[in-house]
Amino acid sequence: MPESQALLDPAHRPPWWRDRRVIPWLVQGVVALVLLVLIAFLLGNLIHNLTTRGMLLSWRWLGEPAGFDISETAVPFSAEMPYWRGLAAGLANTLRAVLTGLVGATLLGTLAGMASFSRNPLLRGFTRAYVETIRNIPLLLQLIFWYFVVFLSLPNGTAALQIPGVVLAKSGLYLAGFGQGLHWSLPQLVNGVWQAPLRLSVEFAALMSGLIIYSGAFIAEVVRGGIASVPKGQWEAATSLGMGWFATLRHVVLPQALRVIVPGLNTQYISLAKNSSLAVAVGFTDLYSVAETTLNQTGRALEVYLLLLGAYLAMDLVISLVMNGLNRFVQIRER
Amino acid sequence: MTPLLRRLRSDLFATPADGALSLGLIALITAAAVGLLRWAAQKAQWAVIQANSTLFAVGRYPQDQQWRLWLLTALLTAATGITWGLLRSHPRADRDGLLWPRNDRLVLGLLAAVGLWLPWALRLAPALQTRWWLLAALLAASRWLAGRFGTQLSRPMLRLFPLVWPLIYLIGMVLISGGLGLMPVSPSQWGGLLLTMLTASFAILLCFPLGVLLALGRRSDLPLLRWTSVIYIEFIRGAPLITLLFLGQNILGFLLPGGLAPDRIWRAAWVLTFFAAAYLAEAVRSGLASVPKGQVEAARSLGLSYPQTLARVVLPQALRVALPAMVGQFISLLQDTTLLSLIGLLELLGVARTVMANPAFLGHNAEVYLTLALLFWSCCAALGLGSRALEQRLDPQTLSSSSSRP
Repeated sequence: MPESQALLDPAHRPPWWRDRRVIPWLVQGVVALVLLVLIAFLLGNLIHNLTTRGMLLSWRWLGEPAGFDISETAVPFSAEMPYWRGLAAGLANTLRAVLTGLVGATLLGTLAGMASFSRNPLLRGFTRAYVETIRNIPLLLQLIFWYFVVFLSLPNGTAALQIPGVVLAKSGLYLAGFGQGLHWSLPQLVNGVWQAPLRLSVEFAALMSGLIIYSGAFIAEVVRGGIASVPKGQWEAATSLGMGWFATLRHVVLPQALRVIVPGLNTQYISLAKNSSLAVAVGFTDLYSVAETTLNQTGRALEVYLLLLGAYLAMDLVISLVMNGLNRFVQIRER
Repeated sequence: MTPLLRRLRSDLFATPADGALSLGLIALITAAAVGLLRWAAQKAQWAVIQANSTLFAVGRYPQDQQWRLWLLTALLTAATGITWGLLRSHPRADRDGLLWPRNDRLVLGLLAAVGLWLPWALRLAPALQTRWWLLAALLAASRWLAGRFGTQLSRPMLRLFPLVWPLIYLIGMVLISGGLGLMPVSPSQWGGLLLTMLTASFAILLCFPLGVLLALGRRSDLPLLRWTSVIYIEFIRGAPLITLLFLGQNILGFLLPGGLAPDRIWRAAWVLTFFAAAYLAEAVRSGLASVPKGQVEAARSLGLSYPQTLARVVLPQALRVALPAMVGQFISLLQDTTLLSLIGLLELLGVARTVMANPAFLGHNAEVYLTLALLFWSCCAALGLGSRALEQRLDPQTLSSSSSRP
């Protein structure tokens, strides 16, 4: 009897636990059982523990007055307003930090990424050193350094660092802008205190310096990888057509490199958004910092956690959607 | 003009714009270097580091039990030296069987210089200085012995040697935490570099198998496995680490029956592990995707079972490709341990923050944070260099050229 027929013969069939049609179901059944038991165990404990403490899921506390102040807000907030307004103000601060960080880090990263292809070896070495230094030091340490070592040791008053239109003092970063009555005004010293149409707190400035310089180094690597993925012949062809270094980069190389760069940027943008939660270490009241205060006052750990998680997941999702749209835009359009 | 000058001119001063840029950069770099050196030599007061060196190293670990940590350091040093020597004792194509290749001399020289200079710079007590010098000598001696006589060891001995590392890890855990006749030291007394290294190594060791399993799950044909892995990975990657640490500290207690939740330090270490596993899974997945489908089909048609195919054909190739990304994740994991300071644990950054709160050291932020930055930078840069060396060593071309030698 040929072998193939021997396998079909019921007497020679492998036992059911070695049957290739049964194994997948067996494996999934075991996994499902383990998962179900684990989830039931955790949820059961959660419900039991919360019930004994009288803390079952409730959202009524969101309407109670917060009782804490937020030093700088993008939306109006004061201590007598409810908790949800406080959390919203925290979210607004997070969004402000993330948006500013995205723009700044993209600019810095693109410049540094392009500079690593410069003909000047000094500039190449400088960018290399920047990337290697920044990527090997923890972001939290860098933020703390910017805040405590750089910004908090700045002088105040007349000794503050000044360039036309910009004043950097311990009390904040003052920028020229359109003030009252929509006329252009510069930062001015009034009774020893700087005043300007636009003031950023040192906390925000420290957070931005740290985030932008840190993310900029990672984005520089993404940009460098993208440019390196364009074949060398493209550079040579453009140069032989008489195009200069910058024109070649701008019109020939970057459009092709973007296809590699955009997916990498997506990852970096999402980590920047998540890293903005380290603002709590430099005293900038972002969403996480408000949530922490709220938890300490209300004890509502689970609810606060669900809100935090939801907010960050939503932020990641929005960034991913925008970047995926951009990705479709830069991909090669086939005929 | 000498060739050097000519090269400098064509590299740095090719056009007026280039020249201006070069001059600007030279001025900037010189100013920064001179400023930093003058600050470090004249203005900075390193007493804040010297007075707290024990705190930075081990936190509040009881003084009369610190000999256990010295013993562990000595074990680690000897194991490092022997491993290093054994790796070099077998001649390879690119090295001609030299006992001390150039890179090794460089590394040993650097380590010896740091080992001699650091105890002196930290103004350690003479007894402690001697211990550091003995450790440096131990490293050099074990490296030399293993390099010189490693070839005379039998093959089974050489094969079994790597098991020394997990053994040392277990011995280390006993030495650090006590038990088996040693006085117990509670985790709340661990701190500084000890806590940083402990949590980082724990998380790195455990996140590796977890990450590989998750990556395999994500590429599995079984929908339940795939979806469980996808949901886990995306959930973890969507949340900032600090919110997960927050979950570990504030909510884990509700999820487990009373009294079963581990100590705060172990909770944080487990959170780090589960966090890193999701990122590692993505690195391994990119490696798995690089293995051609034909490899699996060939292995299956040779009669290898699914686990055999994975262990002998797919994973060795996938992990080699994923190596740089994986080491990148380990480096971020080491950096992420600083976040433990935000939940009140006294790892390196946490110790630094408590030291800065001491009025005696007010205004010496820069010294402390720059020292920490240098420490983290050297650890991460060394990991990166090691990864690149391993990558070259595991390159199929290098492997075949070295094994084809008689």
